[in-house]
Amino acid sequence: MHWLIEFILFFILVVTALTALNVRNLLAAVVAMNVFSFMAAIIMVSLGAVDVAFVEAVAGAGVIGVYSVVAIRLTSRKSQD
Amino acid sequence: MKTLQYFLLLAFLGILVGTVIHLPPRGDIDSPVHQTVNPAGTLVAGTYYIQHAYKDTKTPNMVVAVLADYRAYDTLGEVVIVFVGGIACFFILNLRRRKP
Amino acid sequence: MSDKPLTEKIPRYCKGTGMMAPTDSPIVHIACRGISPFIFLIGLYVFFHGHYSPGGGFQGGVLMAATILLLRLSLGTGLSQVVMPASITLRLSAVGVLIFAGTGVITMIFGGDFLDYHFLPLPWLDPAYLRYYGILLIEVGVVLTVMTTLIAIYDDLLGY
Repeated sequence: MHWLIEFILFFILVVTALTALNVRNLLAAVVAMNVFSFMAAIIMVSLGAVDVAFVEAVAGAGVIGVYSVVAIRLTSRKSQD
Repeated sequence: MKTLQYFLLLAFLGILVGTVIHLPPRGDIDSPVHQTVNPAGTLVAGTYYIQHAYKDTKTPNMVVAVLADYRAYDTLGEVVIVFVGGIACFFILNLRRRKP
Repeated sequence: MSDKPLTEKIPRYCKGTGMMAPTDSPIVHIACRGISPFIFLIGLYVFFHGHYSPGGGFQGGVLMAATILLLRLSLGTGLSQVVMPASITLRLSAVGVLIFAGTGVITMIFGGDFLDYHFLPLPWLDPAYLRYYGILLIEVGVVLTVMTTLIAIYDDLLGY
């Protein structure tokens, strides 16, 4: 059963990464990147690296999201390409 | 342009998968990193930390002992990098605002 | 309720200061002001308990910065200057780096190498506990630097 949980986590990881690349709305891309960071943190927990997972969950899924939202508010909300 | 991006991503995925399938399986006792003595005949660095970390520093969490005691230079560089990042943000973002 | 003038909707603690919050919803204000001290307490626990459990200076510092960022987001940058003024953040960050490097310089003055805690001038302690308190001392520097630098970058982005 252990590999099944990790397979689901890796699947969500890839899907959120492709979503963040493809979506036009930049706010949705930020949310997808936060989900990506959180899934990476859970995978690190399952690998046994609790300290690295702590940094990833707090910095990658918390503070980076705030900075990205502020940067989007200062520029534009839609992607141009 | 979009198809070129996906071909680049697929090529990178192929390189990663080709590398990862040659690694030893996770938690393998016979892999070289989990031996106490490496093939050259000397002690692996991780073995020294596991055997001596609690006796040297009385700190049960080995990660903090390695980060802040054995490898304190690296942590100093990390903190200086965070500080320099803050200073750079201060100057660059205030320069654009002061110009007009 | 909606035909009140806008000045009636400003919360009580904003009156007379000339500053306004980005939202006038009392639910957002009370929830964010109520929960932020507890997150700060969790950050302090993660920092001081880092010797025994997963955690340490960097994680605790980011958690403490997250509480101040929560107040900045909910109350606005102007009102939350009371908690952590924007003028002292980068100075405290420099103080943190100074604590870290100063520990190393002190051990050099007392005859050891750079950052060799065995030579800290606390002669009543065992050598192992000297290293224990040396780790705690440099973690204080890490916490100060990380926490204040993250807040300073947020303030610079919004131009305060």
